[in-house]
Amino acid sequence: MRSARNPLARLSTEMDGSIDQIFVSTLHRIASLAPPAAQPLVSMLLIIAGIMVVFGSCFALTTIVERKTLGRMQNRYGPNRVGPFGFFQPIADGIKMLTKEDIVPFSADKALHFLAPLVLTVPVWLAFAVLPVGRNMAAIDLDAGILFFFAIGSASELSVFMAGWSSQNKYSLIGAMRAIAQMISYEVPLLLAAMPVLMLSGSLSLADIVQAQPPGHWFLFTPWGLAGFGMFLIAATAESNRSPFDLPEGESEIIAGYLTEYSGFKYALFFLGEYLGLFAVTGLAVTLYLGGWQAPVSFLQWFPSWAWFALKFAALILLFIWARATLPRLRLDQLLNFAWKFLVPLALLNLLVAGIWWWTGRAQFPGLLIRWLVCSAILAAAYILLGRGLKDHKLPPHRYHYAV
Amino acid sequence: MLGRAIIQGFIETGRNFVGSYYDPERLTTVQYPEQTLPPDEHARTIPFLVYDGDDPSQGLRCTACTICELECPPQCISIVKDTVKKPDYLGKMQLQPKVFDIDISVCMDCGICAEVCPFDSIKMDQVFALSTGDRQALLLHKEQLAKSNLYFRQIHPGEAAAIDAARAEQKRKAEAKKAAIASAPSGFPSPLP
Amino acid sequence: MTALFPQATPAPFTLDHDLLEVSMGPHHPSTHGVFRMNVTLDGETVVKLTPVFGYLHRNHEKIAEQNSFLAAIPYTDRLDYICSMTNNCAYVLAVEKLASLQVPERAEYIRVIVSELTRLFNHTCLAGFLLQDMGALGTPLMYAFREREHVLDLFESLSGSRMMCNFMRFGGCRCDLPAGWIEQAATVTDRYSLFLDEFEALLTDNEIVRARTEGVGVLPADLAVNAGVTGPMLRASGVNYDIRKVDNYGVYGRFPFRVPLGEHGDTFDRYMIRILEARESLAILRQALREIPDGPVIDPKAKLRNFRPKPGEAYGRIEAPKGELGFFLISDGGPNPYRFRIRPPSLINLTILEDMCRGHTIADVVVILGSVDIVLGEVDR
Repeated sequence: MRSARNPLARLSTEMDGSIDQIFVSTLHRIASLAPPAAQPLVSMLLIIAGIMVVFGSCFALTTIVERKTLGRMQNRYGPNRVGPFGFFQPIADGIKMLTKEDIVPFSADKALHFLAPLVLTVPVWLAFAVLPVGRNMAAIDLDAGILFFFAIGSASELSVFMAGWSSQNKYSLIGAMRAIAQMISYEVPLLLAAMPVLMLSGSLSLADIVQAQPPGHWFLFTPWGLAGFGMFLIAATAESNRSPFDLPEGESEIIAGYLTEYSGFKYALFFLGEYLGLFAVTGLAVTLYLGGWQAPVSFLQWFPSWAWFALKFAALILLFIWARATLPRLRLDQLLNFAWKFLVPLALLNLLVAGIWWWTGRAQFPGLLIRWLVCSAILAAAYILLGRGLKDHKLPPHRYHYAV
Repeated sequence: MLGRAIIQGFIETGRNFVGSYYDPERLTTVQYPEQTLPPDEHARTIPFLVYDGDDPSQGLRCTACTICELECPPQCISIVKDTVKKPDYLGKMQLQPKVFDIDISVCMDCGICAEVCPFDSIKMDQVFALSTGDRQALLLHKEQLAKSNLYFRQIHPGEAAAIDAARAEQKRKAEAKKAAIASAPSGFPSPLP
Repeated sequence: MTALFPQATPAPFTLDHDLLEVSMGPHHPSTHGVFRMNVTLDGETVVKLTPVFGYLHRNHEKIAEQNSFLAAIPYTDRLDYICSMTNNCAYVLAVEKLASLQVPERAEYIRVIVSELTRLFNHTCLAGFLLQDMGALGTPLMYAFREREHVLDLFESLSGSRMMCNFMRFGGCRCDLPAGWIEQAATVTDRYSLFLDEFEALLTDNEIVRARTEGVGVLPADLAVNAGVTGPMLRASGVNYDIRKVDNYGVYGRFPFRVPLGEHGDTFDRYMIRILEARESLAILRQALREIPDGPVIDPKAKLRNFRPKPGEAYGRIEAPKGELGFFLISDGGPNPYRFRIRPPSLINLTILEDMCRGHTIADVVVILGSVDIVLGEVDR
């Protein structure tokens, strides 16, 4: 029986003692050293410590891997002086950030200015609590896990506005308002892209969603899953303020955006919060569409579940880094147009297609083929028509000729 | 179709990423200072003064004609002529510089001084690691600027070989002329060879 | 004191200011050098834009008037510092007009080859800079610079220096091509042809690039002509004016290259015209490398020192990669020019910036400035 109150209860006892459950059994062994009354508290503290260590070092690793990967894509080495192949660079960056002077503007609202980075970082740590990173390895298995996740994610958006307002700087305020507009606009496609998954797995609990994707039957391997995954990733890029949606922070055009008045440790916290947000939403993408900790085919199930999660997670992070190297930035109005006029209609249509998929769930061949064709055709037609709608038809076509 | 060119862009950067691991054209960084690129034969930086033989003061080709000082665009050369003369490679007595200073913080490495010098005495060097914490050290004097002809042959082999051949030819001709004069009957000018 | 200067106390911070004045200051990641724009915004749209430059003024014209004609050549390298060969060509052309010097054929071919190589890398590097301003994190820029390195190696073996070449002399070139240079240049040209295909695949049809550059910064043809705009900017607005065709200087008459013209004069047109021109340069290069004759590289009557052209004036201009680069020289019979005046294409093209930017947002201003292709060394001299 699952219970939000008893983290030590497990979904199943198969594969006990194997490498797959190594973290769970280590946790049990250490927790059983404490007196029985304190065991839930001790195990929860250990889980929290584990999450902070793992995702914290993931953050450090991502910063250096991102810089080296961007470098390789630009025909150069990334940082390679500090440590073996430059992998101690995050330590150097951390020391630099921590030793910088903390400057607060004279007329700034001190309380808000101090709280803004905390309001960003704390909710994002909370979001990791519901992610099932392996078999039996969700910190808390809530019945409404995905609802909790999205609520917490939206709470961290308040920090952007707090930062912009408290800096008492016209330019920061403008930057913050644009950032809020972007984040709110992309919440809608994010949620709509996650809806079909909820429909077809019949539950809001993330552990159930993973269980509904046995090997070979990931939600990605369906037409609505493919479309939904794509939209989810695009909305996730926008939510994390990454290229090509990094208008709030890439505002080298006029201002540094809402981060102008932050320096030193607070800036590092903003940085950390943004990357952690990226990790959280990537973890959710893996859980919703890529089968969480499930293997892709059943004969690969000997590979540990947490390792599968890590591999998929790493692949998605590399995809985000790849997008950052390749694409230039979108302007704000183009960004908002894209969200409201393309992603939202497509996501709504995706819901319909997922419904058709569910309704034809018991079809056998050739019904299977028809099911695939119909669903794919609806999505492809919608994609093409909406894509045409995005183009600005007031602009004449660009042609070039040579002088005679 | 929307997104087609974006996918092409992804393929392009992906190709560069993968290529950077095995194709030297896709990773062109030279990790200075552990690796250096050999300088091209014709590359130039600051000027230097050439001397023949082993003794910089005796073998210095410069005759303090001050043509380089006049032609230098930012006027970074200062020459003070010496009153003592010394013989050049043909035996003729020439002036020499007492002071020959180049301010390399002003020098723009244009090479005009080397181009106008009639005595092949000032040429372009290839050193570039010249940073120093002391501004006065950027004013190079005659002793620091004088480098031997062997060094010149090392850095600009083609040019040095051509100059050495031309000078050897002139020396041969001058000696032949001297020998012809010596062996001619006295009092009458000998016909030119 | 406040009675004398009534605006001395700052206005209190309120949100309902009508017009916001922003200085995109001299230290800025997206202005190509120390360039400042005082932009007045109404909300998001630009109402007024005043360019402020002069931060890189180095007294080039005054210095040239104090030195001899020969000594001015290394200073022209430093005008548009990424295209030093074409700067040299323009100045030397003006002096040759003034002193009626003849240039041997081999030297003319060498001038064509190095000018077109310069045009190639200038146009691709500009595309890279434009994307850098748009936020593509420098990836296309790195590719463009990687290819430029090969051309710089060619220039180093030819003139001794990668960027500040100081290669042209009155009546020809400083020295002849080293052995194997033509083969190396042919290899570089072939590489560039492949590279342009890769580059276009990355950029031209990219939906984001198109969305950000189409319809942005439109320059109508009549306004361009009235403002004295020249170069790819003018041809992107549809005006057929390429000085290589109009003046037929040097041996350009022997190369049947085409002049691409745009129709709308927006930023995408300016980018695309440059790519098309780069392809035409490749054709010119291939022909020139095949047909270059043997012979001397400098007019035997030309003097290096004590060069005193007869009194008179001359205006020599070329189609530099950025536009019409011209030198106006007045000689009074002495060794120094009496008047040395540079017509910088970047400066003249900048005068129309306000008209192009009015009505656009601040994000577009950066993109429009990037498409004008300025180098501050030329703007400020």
